Amino acid sequence: MSKHVRSMVIAGNGTNCEREVANACRLAGAEVADIVHVAELLAGRVRLEDYHFLNLAGGFLDGDDLGSAKAGANRLLSAPVAGTAETVADQLRQFVADGKLVMGVCNGFQLMVKMGLLPNLDGSGRQTTSLTFNCGGRFEDRWSRLRVDQDSPCVFTRGLDDLYLPVRHGEGKFVTDSEATLQTIEQQHLAVVKYADADLQPTLAYPDNPNGSVAAIAGVCDPSGRLFGLMPHPEAYVHRTHHPRWTREELPEKGMGLWLYENAIRFVRDELL
Amino acid sequence: MAWRIVVGLKAGVTDARGDRVQREIREHLGIELESVRTLDVYTVDAGLSDAEVDAAAYGPFSDPVIQQVAINQPLASDFDMLIEVGFRPGVTDNIGRTAREAIQYQTGRVFAAGEGVYTSTQYLLNGQVDKATAEKIASGFLANGLIQRWSILSRDELDPQIGVPVTVPKVTGDSTPQVTTINLNVSDEELLQISRDGMLALNLEEMTKLQAHVNDPAVQQVRTHMGLGAELTDVELEALAQTWSEHCKHKIFSARIEYQDENGNRETIDSLFKTYIVGATREIRKKMGERDFCLSVFKDNAGVIRFNDDWSLVFKVETHNSPSALDPYGGALTGIVGVNRDGVGTGMGARLIFNTDVFCFASPFLEKELPPRLLHPRRIFEGVVEGVEHGGNKSGIPTVNGSLVFDDRFAGKPLVYCGTAAIMPAELNGKPCHEKKVLVGDHIVMAGGRIGKDGIHGATFSSEELHEGSPVTAVQIGDPITQRKMFDFLAIAQQRGLYNSITDNGAGGLSSSVGEMAEDTGGFEMHLDRAPLKYPGLQPWEILISEAQERMTLAVPPESLAEFMSLAAEMDVEVADLGLFTDSGYFHCLYEGKTVCYLSMEFIHEGVPQMVIPARWEVKDHTEPEFSQPADLNATLAGLLGHLNICSKESVVRRYDHEVQAGTVIKPLTGAANDGPSDAAVFRPVFDSFEGTVVSHGICPTYSDIDTYHMMACAIDEGLRNYVSTGGNIDHVAGLDNFCWCDPVKSEKTPDGEYKAAQLVRANKALYDYCVAFGVPLISGKDSMKNDYQIGDTKISIPPTVLFSVIGKIEDVRKAVSMDVKRPGDLVYLLGITRDELGGSEYYQSLGALGKNVPRVDASYALDLYRAVNQAQAQGLIASCHDLSDGGLGVCLAEKAFAGGFGINADLRKVKTDSELREDKLLFSESQSRLLITVRAENKQDFEALFSGRDACHIGEVTESTQLKILGLQGQPVIHSDIYQLKDAWQAPLREL
Repeated sequence: MSKHVRSMVIAGNGTNCEREVANACRLAGAEVADIVHVAELLAGRVRLEDYHFLNLAGGFLDGDDLGSAKAGANRLLSAPVAGTAETVADQLRQFVADGKLVMGVCNGFQLMVKMGLLPNLDGSGRQTTSLTFNCGGRFEDRWSRLRVDQDSPCVFTRGLDDLYLPVRHGEGKFVTDSEATLQTIEQQHLAVVKYADADLQPTLAYPDNPNGSVAAIAGVCDPSGRLFGLMPHPEAYVHRTHHPRWTREELPEKGMGLWLYENAIRFVRDELL
Repeated sequence: MAWRIVVGLKAGVTDARGDRVQREIREHLGIELESVRTLDVYTVDAGLSDAEVDAAAYGPFSDPVIQQVAINQPLASDFDMLIEVGFRPGVTDNIGRTAREAIQYQTGRVFAAGEGVYTSTQYLLNGQVDKATAEKIASGFLANGLIQRWSILSRDELDPQIGVPVTVPKVTGDSTPQVTTINLNVSDEELLQISRDGMLALNLEEMTKLQAHVNDPAVQQVRTHMGLGAELTDVELEALAQTWSEHCKHKIFSARIEYQDENGNRETIDSLFKTYIVGATREIRKKMGERDFCLSVFKDNAGVIRFNDDWSLVFKVETHNSPSALDPYGGALTGIVGVNRDGVGTGMGARLIFNTDVFCFASPFLEKELPPRLLHPRRIFEGVVEGVEHGGNKSGIPTVNGSLVFDDRFAGKPLVYCGTAAIMPAELNGKPCHEKKVLVGDHIVMAGGRIGKDGIHGATFSSEELHEGSPVTAVQIGDPITQRKMFDFLAIAQQRGLYNSITDNGAGGLSSSVGEMAEDTGGFEMHLDRAPLKYPGLQPWEILISEAQERMTLAVPPESLAEFMSLAAEMDVEVADLGLFTDSGYFHCLYEGKTVCYLSMEFIHEGVPQMVIPARWEVKDHTEPEFSQPADLNATLAGLLGHLNICSKESVVRRYDHEVQAGTVIKPLTGAANDGPSDAAVFRPVFDSFEGTVVSHGICPTYSDIDTYHMMACAIDEGLRNYVSTGGNIDHVAGLDNFCWCDPVKSEKTPDGEYKAAQLVRANKALYDYCVAFGVPLISGKDSMKNDYQIGDTKISIPPTVLFSVIGKIEDVRKAVSMDVKRPGDLVYLLGITRDELGGSEYYQSLGALGKNVPRVDASYALDLYRAVNQAQAQGLIASCHDLSDGGLGVCLAEKAFAGGFGINADLRKVKTDSELREDKLLFSESQSRLLITVRAENKQDFEALFSGRDACHIGEVTESTQLKILGLQGQPVIHSDIYQLKDAWQAPLREL
């Protein structure tokens, strides 16, 4: 039992991708891939500490009504776990302090940014970056090429050069509160994945950069590399039939998105079990 | 007290929303502005401290990185004109609801009754804009007066201290609940007046039937016993009106039709629905015998078919036309989240897997003056697309298949078809999941949203044409998140076996849902005052028939009630115990303990008199146009590719998440650059199996102008050939019919009713004939029969339109086929026969002609071909497959080529025809049951052997070049175009929408 990799996806209040994220964890070798409704966490029946790898899935938390993931972040920060003064955010801070892994995709990335979990440059948990409306002003579903920063401390992208994944969002434009924040992110190689053109060079040009993100940033990690968030959906490409051109290209059975989950599971086995 | 919290972007942050609004004001209204900026306003009307308001404003309401905040003072500056748009009292305000919840999480206190948060948006306009222009921008684009109100301030009118003054759009009024009674012992004229004044949409015969009912001494005796007077209460009259509405009772499809054909032969049809739709399915199921894959047809909210031993598929398509005409965004949003409830409310409940949508609009570029109350088609286009986008994307359901169909008659009423599929376990707790039964003594439990005046008279309204007095309450706005929370809760309640039955609240609200569920037990007793309300002041009859969204009704047995209620509380879903299902035989409602409605179940459900509709078919004097073949067919082809009905819909498709749930195997966009048009969607619903479901549709309203019989046949064939094209199994496929008609009942307003009714009969005859011939059972469907616009002397009737949707099975999604050519050297085969069938074609339309020779379908021929295609797909012989429809062979060759990024050489002399045809007709004929296939050279022999004796003509090859070259009948090139130029012509029209 103690050798089991335990992964969890938080669901509820507007998450949409929990089933495929759990499936990706399972395919990548996690023995446990639980979908846990946030009500279960708030009732205190399930605790984060019983898991190694936390996934924050895509969706529209509370409809993104106050801006993407804003109301969702507020719930985790404010609502107490039944019978305690502790919030889910408190549990999450402990989870991070314990050296465990968190990956947020799309709305999950927005949630991490707005809770101050990413990029968390100074460890204060203050929000210094944001994800806002695409420059085009609209939701878009399209596949994006991503260039991976191989010098990044990110544990999820170890050994990867590039990825091809779908983006499906209306608020994915990455921005920072200052030029200094952006520089720090770049210098510390925390901009893990960048939207890239056909030559795999980071680009600001639409549609290769689908939302106008500054410095073409599609995903960032914290300085530890154990917290990672990205707008594109790795769980949406775990089998070759997910690829938009699988009927015309020779592709390996395993999709590129699965690599991120495999890296996470490997890290848990090597470092946390 | 009330606070106004204004949130805006910091200097230097791009306002993407403002930029988009500026662009759209230019496009829609032709008004050029220098800039538009936007601010969000939260009006908080609650007992909070200033510190608590601050915490909300600087916490969940704003983003510290990009936004700034002002409380009770203006944030707006440097503008020429300010427009603030907010909701009218009582209109669903989803953001306001989320904002309230956010404050409640922060403070740990629940808002008191009457407290709330209301949202509005400020638009700061810069440029040459006076009050009148601003008014035009507000009423013509930014706001919809039915649901929103606005205020306009010039720069010097804005108070620099307080900004825009606080207004709280709270529902007020001192109406106390009361029940009135209606005297029906009046003249016929007065009876009709009662129906009109009350928006009841009941005709004289129906009103007379009610009159007779209340005068029945036996009925009077029962009423006296229950404490009711001799007159019907308003609760009863409203319940009857909505139950007997066209929308709920399908009176036209149930009518007795006296039909006369063109030769004067007479025929009486006792219900189109029973004769042709149910009749076809019965016939097919009998023939299928052991192979019958239908599980639940016509009796539930959606149809259910077998998927495999463990799972069943659920499918339903609805229309939401009238509300979308009034409020395109809210109407369409409600359409999609409403049909979602149908899927979830089928059997014991199901998990939604995908949505489909088909819209019929007038051209968004329409330039002619529109009659009063009609919104410009471009506004309808924008609103509907956005409504369905929000409904689908936010609910986490991929939109995998759809169409946009354009005809300027849809200016009178747009058609908004929303479909949804779901999957359910074959068995739940040891019983078939697609079955359910309410037991006597079960509690009537309503779950989800609260009741307001939303959508009151929606059911009766959609049974009428759009007119001057159409009610504002007919508009509802859906809330995908409240619904999503409820679905999450219901999934757990289902697994735990906490209820015996479930259905959705749609048209007719509780009256309809509880009334229908109670048919299992034969009665119910419901306390209307126990229903949670959005605001006080609703009358008992309003509570009964409100169409407020996001509500399901369940039958919960007494022993499970406590667990059901506590699970709901924990998952933050509102539920209310409204009463009991009984076997009293009565539709019984009480308010504060007093009976306000007591009608026999039999009368309310069976009492509606059968309509008698005359129908007379005549063959109109259509002729084929006479013209010579255009000299340059390249230009003709490029022109056709740019037709609205043919051109790329990519700008719309990309706005829909078509991949969430990670099951979409054939996506709507495909090919070398992910932008070719797929024929159908292939979806893999269960992660541990490669079995898939295939969904597609056919729709061809233009053919109705010649003959609705062939329109229907072509729609069925189109749906099936799209389905087969991607790999759908022709022997495991079901159909759904959605009829949208103009009023077919002869009257003063509709003098040509007999012809329209005959068109309806002919479409139904074809539906029967072709479904039986193809062996495709119908499992569900819907009709919307009053798609007319009439104000004053202006009448616009839509062309008779049927959406034929199909859903079925592919054994292994890894065998699915996409439409794009794959590699140079592959061989191009045209399946089927090309005939002189251009009546109603896109080509003739481009010449301003209708024609006479509408395409016809030979079902047994097509079925044989489709089975062979399935076999070739299973053997892996087909590299690509695309159906021929609008624009015929020419358009199909072009689409296949540019989607795959390679050229094609083809020869028209190789095309199989049944008569001599000119080159333009060969290229653009819309003969049915044709597919264009490419095959790898090494598979040539196997493919040809499989198709030997069938019409599979080797007409060309895929080439390395980027040229589409088509040789004419003398071997001369008739088409020689660059595929990227053709692609550009195809992509240009809707690229920017």
